[in-house]
Parts: sequence; C-alpha cells; structure tokens
Amino acid sequence: MSAPVAGEGSHVMTQVLHLDGVTRIHGEGATEVHALRRVSFSAHAGELIAVMGPSGSGKSTLLTLAGGLDSPTSGTVSVEGCDLAALGNAGRARMRRTSIGYVFQDFNLIPALTAAENVALPRELDGAGRLDARRAALEALREVGIDDLADRFPDEMSGGQQQRVAISRAIVGDRRLILADEPTGALDTDTGEEILALLRARCDAGAAGVLVTHEARHAAWADRVVFLRDGVVVDETGADRVEALLEEGLPG
Amino acid sequence: MSVKQALLALLEQGPMYGYQLRAEFEQRTGSTWPLNVGQVYTTLARLERDGLVEGTGTDGEGHVGYRVTDAGRGEVSAWFTTPVSRAQPPRDELAIKLALAVTVPGVDVGAVIQRQRSATMAAMQDYTRLKQRAGGHDRGHRHEQGAELAWSMVLDSLVFAAEAEIRWLDHCESRLRRAALEPRTAVTVAQPAQARGEEQVR
Repeated sequence: MSAPVAGEGSHVMTQVLHLDGVTRIHGEGATEVHALRRVSFSAHAGELIAVMGPSGSGKSTLLTLAGGLDSPTSGTVSVEGCDLAALGNAGRARMRRTSIGYVFQDFNLIPALTAAENVALPRELDGAGRLDARRAALEALREVGIDDLADRFPDEMSGGQQQRVAISRAIVGDRRLILADEPTGALDTDTGEEILALLRARCDAGAAGVLVTHEARHAAWADRVVFLRDGVVVDETGADRVEALLEEGLPG
Repeated sequence: MSVKQALLALLEQGPMYGYQLRAEFEQRTGSTWPLNVGQVYTTLARLERDGLVEGTGTDGEGHVGYRVTDAGRGEVSAWFTTPVSRAQPPRDELAIKLALAVTVPGVDVGAVIQRQRSATMAAMQDYTRLKQRAGGHDRGHRHEQGAELAWSMVLDSLVFAAEAEIRWLDHCESRLRRAALEPRTAVTVAQPAQARGEEQVR
C-alpha cells in the first residue's frame, strides 16, 4: 500500500507538512508562555524529520499543532496543501482520519479492541465498511510484521508489539503524514530501534514523518534534525542536502 | 590502538600474510581505524622478534606468512581477559576545547557547543545510515555474517559515543545558562547564543 509518490532521490518532492511562522502562546498577560516562536519548517514525502530539544522546548506543542489537535496563535500549518485553520473542526477531524497518523509514547490502544480492530477504527470512523476496514487493517499490520497477532488484545502483546499496532493504526488507509511523539520512550533499546526502522521504512516508501525525541541516537535515523530551545528553532542539520534535492527536484 | 593484539587475535584463526591481516581487520571494523600495510609488517616484525609469531615461509606469490606461537596465544588470551584501562583517558580535544572556551575571554561558548552538536549529530546520522546498510544483507556466508556483526557493533560504539557527546554538550549548555543567570559566578562566561537570528538574552 505504498503511496504513489517516490521518496528520497526522486525528482518530485511533495510537501506534506508545512509550518510557516508558527507561534503558539498559552495564557495571557503576565502568565503568558510562548510555547513556540515563529517556527517554520516543512516535511516532504520520503522524509523523516526529527525534532529534538529538552523538556519544555516546545516539541510536543509543535506536534499537536502539526496534527491539528491545537491551533497556532499566529502563522499557518498546512497538511497536503490545506491550511488546517481554514478547514474548521469537522474538516480537521477528517484530515486526522485520512491524512495524519499519530504515534504516542504509551501506544494509546483501546484495550477492549483487538489489534486489527484498533487499526481498523480510523477507517470505520471514516465510513469504510467493516470488511474493507479489516482488510486495510490486516494489510497495515502485515507491513509492520505482526499480521499473525491481528486478533490479540493489547494486554496479550509486548510493548514493542503494541507500538507496532499503533504504527499500523497511524499508516492505515495510506495516510501520508506520521507524527510520532517519543514513540520509543517506553521501549528497551533494541525494540526501540525496530520501531525507528519501521518509521524509517514507511518514510522511504513515500510518507513524511516527524519524530519528536529527546534522544540523539533516535534522531539520527532522520534525514534532518531540528533543534528547539525555548520554542525557537536554534539549529538544523541536514538542511543543505534537502535544499539541494529541492533545487534539482522542484519544477520551476 | 592495540594493533599488536588485534593482529595476534586474527592470527588465532590460522596463518596469514600482511595484506590478508589488513583485510580481515578492516572487514571487522570498517575503515574506522585504517591500517596501512607498512604498519602491519613492522608490527609483525616486532611480534616475531618478541617470539609471539613465527614465519611460515613464502608462498608461490612471494607472500610471507605468519602464525601465532604459544606465547602469542597467551598474550591474546591475557588481552581478552583484561579490561581496557580507563586510568589514563585518551586526550579529548572537545573537552579541552570547551574547558578553554569557558575560561578564555571573548569566546562564544554557546556557539562552540551548537556547532559541535550539529556536526556530531550529522556524523551520527551517517553512522546510522551505514548501520542500516550493514544490517540490510544478513544472509550470506557464516564468516561474512560474523564480520558484519562485528562491523555493526563498531558502528554502535560510534553511535553511542556520539550520543554521549551530545548529551554532554546539552548538559554543558544548560550549566552555562544557569551560570550566566547566577550573579555571583566566579568565572565570567560568554552568554550562550539563544538562537540563530534571535538577539542574545541578557
């Protein structure tokens, strides 16, 4: 179920996520906190971007804004060319079901549903029939190598297996933007690496990924690393390579 | 680096000549610590002088082979059973550079840290890509598999060392910030740069 868009090395770079001058202020007046200040960056199809920074640097705020779970105080967030603010609540909810997959540190699976049912849920909410949704779920589970566990419940699986289910849920229906918030935080080193390899593979197959992490070793799986300090992008690695790709890749 | 012990350990597999030893060494460690063949031969000569290896004569193509002696085997086993000493840590240019940067006037320590962190992160991204590639072809001859595992472990070592360096840099950065906010700090430190394009915070 790989997207029809070629990834790294191709001559087409499709912008999947774009943040333009995004500022997010919590509170007002004396108590106001600038969680993000004029942050701009893009994630293209085929690209995995890591966002690093200490606690309180704005990493998670950035991810909730990218996922349309929160709105910026100023600036715009666009997913697949649509300004999320212009979509309205219903439009954003639809966007989250069809284009954006979210992977959490603690998996966030529904305990009363099997692996396949958890993965099928976003498809069903989007109006797919039961059988279609299950077929898509099995395909997504196969992609992460655990289709044999489709009918197990979360508490019958290891942490690594549960996170694989969560990744399947994030990619089911061919969603093109994967947002991962410390997805390896609850896993041991080796299992964490397997999860990163899966994210990497999904991006290599054409998705755009944003990985929030405070671990440099995990960020190293990304094509680009964005460093946040106090809500400001202080540095970026790998940008030159991507800009070079863009220059040769973008028409006009 | 202990070229001497590494060559002795390789010779435990069977007699080899200089070029073979170099190839075997590099297969296991990538070109992380390149060996030139001259270095291999001078080391072999020293090992022979010390009775740790002996020549096996010259083959049809003029290669001089060596095999490990009993004394050499003892040396290898002592090497493997003795932990590497940390009593005399190798000179760390970065630690020395930062130690001087915080004490020499006029150095923007924050910028030094930031630049180093980017460079170290970029290196770690390269190691990770190499590791993915090394892990990509697991199938093959048993011997090659062993060598790939060895190389992949060397890459892990580089990744973990780079990670430690980045964590240390983060730690230095926050210490410097705290020191800059603390009014009665003995050393005057340059303010760490807040952000690219942002004015420095007083």
